[in-house]
Amino acid sequence: MVSQSLPHAGPHAGAIEDRRLGGAGWLEWVHEWVVTVDHKKIGLMYIVYALIFLAIGGAEATIMRIQLAFPESHFVSPQVFNELFTMHGTTMVFFMGMPILFGFANYLVPLMIGARDMAFPRLNAFSFWMTAFGGLLLYFSFIGGSGVYGAGSAPNVGWWAYAPLTAKAFSRGHSTDYWTLALLLSGIGSIGAGLNLVVTIFCMRCRGMTLAKMPMLVWLNLVMGGMVLGGIGPLTASQLMLCVDRYLGGHFFDTQAGGSAIMWFHFFWIFGHPEVYILVIPAFAFASEIIPVFSRKAIFGYPVMVAATLAIAFLSFSVWAHHMFATGMPSYGNAFFVLTSMVIGVPTGIKIFNWLGTMWGGKLIFSTAMLFCIGFLFQFLVGGLTGIMLATAPFDWQLNDSYFVVGHFHYMLVGAIIFTVFAAFYYWYPKFTGRMMDERLGKWHFWLMLIGFHMTFDPMHITGILGMPRRIYTYEPGRGWAIWNLIITIGVFIQIVAVGIFVWNLIRSYFRGKLAGNDPWDAWTLEWATSSPPPPYNFAVEPAVQSRRPLWDLKHPDDPDWKYE
Amino acid sequence: PENLSIFDPVSPPAFWIRDLLYLVLGVAAVIFVLVEGMLLYSIFRFRHRESDGAVEPPQIYGSKPIEIAWTLAPLLIVFVLFLVTVRSVAEVRPSEPPKGAMTVQVIGHQWWWEYQYPQGFKTANELHVPIHTPIECHLLSVDVIHSFWIPRLAGKTDVVPNHPNRMWFEVQESGLFLGHCAEFCGTQHANMMIRVVVQEPEDFEKWVENQRKPAMNDPTVRAGRDLFLSQACVNCHTVRSTRAAGTFGPDLTHLMSRATLGAGVLANSPENLRLWIQNPAAFKPGCEMPAMSLNPKQLGELVAYLETLK
Amino acid sequence: MSAIPAALMPREEDWKLPSRGKTGMLCLIAAESAIFTIFVVAYIYYIGKSLSGPTPAQILHVPIFDTVCLLSSSLTIHWATGALRRGKSKAFLLWWGATLALGLKFIAGTAADWYRMIYHEGFTVKTNLFGTTYYSLVGLHASHVIVGLLGLLLVFVFALAGKVKPEHAERCEVFSYYWHFVDFVWVVVFTVVYLIGR
Ligand code: HEA
Ligand code: HEA
Ligand code: HEC
Ligand code: CUA
Ligand SMILES: [Cu+2]
Repeated sequence: MVSQSLPHAGPHAGAIEDRRLGGAGWLEWVHEWVVTVDHKKIGLMYIVYALIFLAIGGAEATIMRIQLAFPESHFVSPQVFNELFTMHGTTMVFFMGMPILFGFANYLVPLMIGARDMAFPRLNAFSFWMTAFGGLLLYFSFIGGSGVYGAGSAPNVGWWAYAPLTAKAFSRGHSTDYWTLALLLSGIGSIGAGLNLVVTIFCMRCRGMTLAKMPMLVWLNLVMGGMVLGGIGPLTASQLMLCVDRYLGGHFFDTQAGGSAIMWFHFFWIFGHPEVYILVIPAFAFASEIIPVFSRKAIFGYPVMVAATLAIAFLSFSVWAHHMFATGMPSYGNAFFVLTSMVIGVPTGIKIFNWLGTMWGGKLIFSTAMLFCIGFLFQFLVGGLTGIMLATAPFDWQLNDSYFVVGHFHYMLVGAIIFTVFAAFYYWYPKFTGRMMDERLGKWHFWLMLIGFHMTFDPMHITGILGMPRRIYTYEPGRGWAIWNLIITIGVFIQIVAVGIFVWNLIRSYFRGKLAGNDPWDAWTLEWATSSPPPPYNFAVEPAVQSRRPLWDLKHPDDPDWKYE
Repeated sequence: PENLSIFDPVSPPAFWIRDLLYLVLGVAAVIFVLVEGMLLYSIFRFRHRESDGAVEPPQIYGSKPIEIAWTLAPLLIVFVLFLVTVRSVAEVRPSEPPKGAMTVQVIGHQWWWEYQYPQGFKTANELHVPIHTPIECHLLSVDVIHSFWIPRLAGKTDVVPNHPNRMWFEVQESGLFLGHCAEFCGTQHANMMIRVVVQEPEDFEKWVENQRKPAMNDPTVRAGRDLFLSQACVNCHTVRSTRAAGTFGPDLTHLMSRATLGAGVLANSPENLRLWIQNPAAFKPGCEMPAMSLNPKQLGELVAYLETLK
Repeated sequence: MSAIPAALMPREEDWKLPSRGKTGMLCLIAAESAIFTIFVVAYIYYIGKSLSGPTPAQILHVPIFDTVCLLSSSLTIHWATGALRRGKSKAFLLWWGATLALGLKFIAGTAADWYRMIYHEGFTVKTNLFGTTYYSLVGLHASHVIVGLLGLLLVFVFALAGKVKPEHAERCEVFSYYWHFVDFVWVVVFTVVYLIGR
């Protein structure tokens, strides 16, 4: 009866032969994707969309770095530079980070809980297209953002757009309106996606999969979905207020009429800090699936991992003002946010330790996916420690808005999130396409990315300590910053090569990668029980499970997990 | 080369922050070594070897005592760090200003600094203070958010419209100390630099004496003076004891006592002054001062006049 | 293949999961609450911070009757769904219609009040901070009432056409959650705007 209760792909599954792009049927092909409500197709659309924006955001970063490579260079004008970092930050957070993580969640969660689709397939498609249009609207500003000064202009107020710089008086034209409306749209999309995830996980689990038997990835995405529901609202609200100010002549953030600039700080960061955890928790999710499989051990301390995640989610709504130490908060305010910001390090540490505990005593297999996860562990620790340093208010009074902060958060956003995302690609690409990604290219990708990453983001801490503020389009020679900035810029080009190799690997493996089969990694969760790629209905037979690792039970009937859980 | 390193403090708040820094860095270093060490060890110790074939390693699902251990240890560290931090917060940001402090009004403009002294005069972009004297800065902004940061003197404090802030320092070393506006405030945020000149008391007194004087009125440059007063300059700039009383731009009464123009973008030399007035945007694109279309002769006279504003 | 202890493997019939509709609506309410919270906080923070008049006391009329209408509509919709579940379609039609009417009365009241303030008192979003926060908060709530009314109307039309059957009880109930939420938000808004802020 176990074998019956366990899924198999069923007939005509995994048809990787009918892989035709272009040709006669290309119009039907496009139509098929545009109207689809299948969670796998939508997931892939999210991912491809995000990859394109990774390239765009990365290109913007590259231009910034060329400008900053030497002091007093004139590669771009100050106006353009300000647009570049605003667009780079906004793009990477809202149109690369969120979509790529939603994409993987969309594809994997239903498979891992043995469901046939998300709870609300149409809402799912709607959410994707809202996010997509948000991104398009933002980039349309390059053409349409023209203000009284004629030429088109992208938003140039920074990704957190502090009031009153966003007021009509200081931000003429429409560039800021594009920014606001783009985030409103994509915010609606995100809330839809988060809601869908939560409902799917609560209401669509296959028989036997109690909350305590869900794979870690599902748990973490449940938490992420919940945080989206609580975290995006404040952003939406403050954007609405900004619209009232800009379109209806309101005074929410109008300091001339008694409005408060500090309120925007609070509202933005009440969203902003949970946001960074919304981004990193799915990254944790990838690590929590990949590290066990390539250590050949069950995840260490599952219940503690779940508890720690919930603790992080809860705490992350109470630390926002650590972005505001320099605004002259009263001492008790400073003390409170110092405490919460440091305490959040404890559950985060627990997670790191448990991953190490998983590797401890295992038999580590260093596939590219595992390598990226190890890189993640290394960099996330460092980023966390610089975070704790910034959380000591006086330290932050020195380094707030300096390049040290830029270093801190790129350690998290690139060193942690992008690295685990790459790991996820190498790990699940076979499931998505039925073909393996090339491991040799993968190793090149990893090592170049690692070198490029550290060349780029390590020196930022030093320039910060040497007093270099962020968001400056030029700087004077003879301050000891020049050499470091040159190294940083060189690092970026190494990253570009790495990402280029990765993209080439994606495309090449799609056509020439060796066939994967259902379960190339000898893994343990349900998605590996069906064919690669899975059929539209995912599972011919609704699966049923008795433990967190159903496939382990199947492979080791002598010693199944459910005996120990 | 100029030095803006937070590791070379010359004033109490910066000293204290530096000391806190050492502590926090130390703690972080220990955690770093321990955890990354554990990581590297497992990478080498537990790598899969061909010899041990296909058998899976023993499955360990967790361990209560270990979990408790690595929850409590960090909690302890956090607790210590928290106490230390709170102490230094109280040190660096005392509730009442240090006694005997001289209070200067620091006013942020897009993209330059205005300084108002208790002795009753205004100046711009160059803050002069006496050595060994506590200085309290009252931070105000007339437009958007700026941030006042001189790394070697003290941590930064935001300059927020409609939300007055305070910060203080007491420099132990005479000389020039540089800083930046640290909050993005628009196009020229990058060129909103801060210069603090720390002087021996007697030099400072001399400087104050000079700043309090009304503007020089040298008849030999009457032409330039008349031109200045006939131009739009007067709408934005003040030259005390003339009818130029604009407050939108820096006070020019003692322009020549300053070493730079445009909040530090270029050195204050006759040639630069001429170029600046001809077209400020050449040095500070997007800057709030328009290019005054003046012919070379007028420019010459104007600069000659400004040259006398010692 | 080792046998599975019955304890570990629930049988089909006793493998129960929460309803999608209800869970989804609760999630939506959670997200909406976050949005309203920020607006309420802003309103409270800005109480008395306006640099110019008029003040709330000078211009606000407390909408007691409208409030009563809106709150009682929560009861009527509750009875409506109850009736539908018990298959009493006549009673359902009646109570559902009553809910619709009460909701309309509320929004009409708001509209009239706004008309008075804007056209007679010349008090708008632009006037001062109070104007900005008042119209934003009350307006945000009103927009939710309008969305609710559209939903109510739709169902009402179907009901008139006799298309609403007991098997739709669950969906109507899910919708009623939204309506209850809108009412609850009004309680908060009313307290903040008319009791605390005035
Ligand atoms: C994924 C994204 C991510 C993550 C996970 C974090 C995690 C943390 N961040 Fe970071 N942060 C950002 C993204 C992120 N941050 C971004 C984008 C910004 C800037 C936005 C902008 O300005 O543009 C920012 C800015 C930022 C600031 C404001 C800096 C400034 O602008 O002045 C601060 C200040 O406290 C801070 C603190 C922290 C802390 C304490 C953590 C903690 O969660 C870290 C916890 C982890 C550890 C501590 C390591 C593991 C723990 C152990 C091994 C246990 C033992 C350790 C101890 C006991 C200390 N962050
Ligand atoms: C997830 C988020 C994320 C990511 C991934 C990145 C990635 C990078 N960031 Fe980003 N960054 C932010 C989020 C992110 N950043 C945020 C939030 C800010 C603050 C903005 C603000 O201040 O308002 C910021 C600010 C910021 C600054 C500070 C600007 C300033 O203050 O003046 C700099 C400067 O160097 C920088 C650099 C980089 C670099 C070099 C990368 C690199 O890692 C990028 C590497 C990637 C590529 C180079 C991709 C290109 C690849 C190709 C083109 C190959 C072909 C591919 C295809 C065809 C598909 N970033
Ligand atoms: C529309 C307002 C305006 C007008 C008119 C104007 N200025 Fe300015 N001026 C400014 C502003 C603003 C600055 C500060 C620019 C900056 O540093 O970003 C400035 C800076 C200066 C400086 C540099 C001061 C310093 O210490 O950095 C000089 C000198 C100067 N102006 C001279 C003139 C002269 C001479 C004229 C007339 C021919 C003139 N300005 C007309 C607004 C104006
Ligand atoms: Cu002023 Cu930046
Ligand atoms: Cu944060």
